[in-house]
Amino acid sequence: MNPAPLVALAGNPNAGKSALFNALTGARQKVGNYPGVTVERKSGRMALADGRPVEMLDLPGTYSLEPSSPDEAVTHDVLLGKQPGERLPSALLIVIDATNLDNHLRFALQLIALGLPTVVALNMIDMAARDGLSIDAAKLSAALGVPVIPTVAVRRKGIEELKAAIGMLATGGPVRLSGTDAVIHEDIVTLQRRARVIAVAATTEENFRRRWSHRADAVALHPIIGPALLATILFVMFQAVFAWSAMPVDMIDSGFQQLQAAVTAAMPPGFLRSLIVEGLIAGVGAVIVFLPQILILFLFILMLEASGYMVRAAFIMDHLMSRVGLSGRAFIPLLSSFACAIPGIMATRTIDDPKDRLTTILIAPLMTCSARLPVYAVIIAAFIPARDVAPGVGLQGLVLFGLYAAGVGGAMLAALILRRTVTKGPPPGFMMEMPRYQMPILRDVALGLWQRAMIFLRRAGTIIAATTMVLWLLVSYPKPPVGNALPAIDYSIAGRIANGMEPVLRPIGFTRDMALALIPAMAAREVAVSALATVYAVDASDESAQQRSLVDRLHGRWSLPTALAFLAWFVFAPQCISTIAVVRRETNGWKWTGFMLGYLFALAYLAAGATYWAAIALGL
Amino acid sequence: MDLNTIRITLDKLPLGSGGEIVDVDWAILSDKDGRRLRELGVDEGVSVEKLHKGPFGIDPIACRIGRMTVALRSAQAAAIGVGPRRNQ
Repeated sequence: MNPAPLVALAGNPNAGKSALFNALTGARQKVGNYPGVTVERKSGRMALADGRPVEMLDLPGTYSLEPSSPDEAVTHDVLLGKQPGERLPSALLIVIDATNLDNHLRFALQLIALGLPTVVALNMIDMAARDGLSIDAAKLSAALGVPVIPTVAVRRKGIEELKAAIGMLATGGPVRLSGTDAVIHEDIVTLQRRARVIAVAATTEENFRRRWSHRADAVALHPIIGPALLATILFVMFQAVFAWSAMPVDMIDSGFQQLQAAVTAAMPPGFLRSLIVEGLIAGVGAVIVFLPQILILFLFILMLEASGYMVRAAFIMDHLMSRVGLSGRAFIPLLSSFACAIPGIMATRTIDDPKDRLTTILIAPLMTCSARLPVYAVIIAAFIPARDVAPGVGLQGLVLFGLYAAGVGGAMLAALILRRTVTKGPPPGFMMEMPRYQMPILRDVALGLWQRAMIFLRRAGTIIAATTMVLWLLVSYPKPPVGNALPAIDYSIAGRIANGMEPVLRPIGFTRDMALALIPAMAAREVAVSALATVYAVDASDESAQQRSLVDRLHGRWSLPTALAFLAWFVFAPQCISTIAVVRRETNGWKWTGFMLGYLFALAYLAAGATYWAAIALGL
Repeated sequence: MDLNTIRITLDKLPLGSGGEIVDVDWAILSDKDGRRLRELGVDEGVSVEKLHKGPFGIDPIACRIGRMTVALRSAQAAAIGVGPRRNQ
């Protein structure tokens, strides 16, 4: 059987392309990557009115076909049948924003000139009416020479008509491009003028005014209210990430404990059972526990993006970011990195300046991710007295805030230095379209969350599962001799590696036990806590008892300077294999990944050492 | 005075005022910036209005260009010459 005809969906950013794609395909979507480039490939199945299946391909939102960014290059290559591994589409669906015809028609003209069977969705026609614009779709269709269908994607209006039009175009037969490459390289200005003539002819305007967005911007971009509003939103977001996640985190945790108990009961004791229960389930569980926090963070980010506020946040932050050589666009990925650096680094794809993007990737791991929190909690509880330094301001909370601030400060300093040395280049411009404000569509947000969750879980099931098993082998083998005096971990390969690391770490106040905890922490930082518990032979049935008793033991064994140095290390050290793997993928190689590892380890070493010796000098 | 000779660059245009783009000095823009601005609809004859500026310092600014609201920095805005609207 022939594969279903491929229909490509293209258009400007902010044309409502994703909403239309979701309305056409529902939840039957596949998200992947084009090989070799960091461009997302999103496709979905759609059934036509007569039941024929069609594969819809959602191309990245771009302003032109000039292949100057990876997104544009992929769009260009797919539509010319030059993208490796991709069929030439049988038909093309162009989405344009009815309220911004001049601009969107320019790209549409470029796309129509390719010569594929084409239909245009005149989207957000309701918004145009609200703005006082009425557009004659028939006139537009005559001028463009292709069918034009008015739609309101978010309300699913015009979807059936659009499907019917696609059904007539996409016959599944071989397509020959009738256009030439020449039109693509036609001067933007010439195309723009043609677009404007067509737009003006098809539009009747009555007091054009975008009242809603203008009033909202008067608040959101107000010099004083604007930053205050942004700070409030961020505060609520961080509160939610930690407050709302407590219950689901506990549920996942106990779920994995039950799974461990069930597998333990079902399998005979031996190597395989230990590998599965202590290596695989414990390791993967330790990472999946972060899923609730990541989803809550993404819920906020998707809502802020869908509402149009995110660009305003970037606008407010742009000047501050430009001080360290970045642009406002870097703000969003860095914000995501507070939950986890992995989604943050993936979000850098929206930054079009390559140097700006690389710098953002290199500093993203310095944002304090949620995996560091369990480590901070244990060390702070053990060494920082719970007293108030001012009414309502606890010393423990202050130290925690200081650790977050140290991460942000370190990141800004690193960006400043990187932009003047290895990622030197002209300052990135900041030019962005500020889309209208919109009510986020629940269905689209839910779909986005679902896709993020699947990406995260797939990673947990592959690379994280593999690395945690390797680490488990390192800390478990060889087994201690009978009648061993020391904890079992001392006899393992990891124990021996720690012995080798100790001379290097001694100058910064680290003991061998700490070196040992750092090894399994490479899989997921918070594993350092359970590793310390293993090293100090803490035997407790439940976790909070384990934590209490670990706090007691640490208190007796570590000096305060040592504990502070350990905290400083965790602020800077690049300690999670999944992050390293993502950086390698997003930078297309080991060169920058190696550089990041080197500079972050150096930074962590220096910070821990400085903290240790400063604390000693102060007589702490 | 001939109204058509009044020209001010977009970065110096006071907040809340507007006009029409009369010329663009593409030469002082990098190729990339120039292309981006063209893609965002900057061209002679297009109406423009300065709406907002960033809260810290002078950058960035938000302008209405045609029917789009666009954020940009003063360095790029300095290439855009604005004059009075001709059709008013």
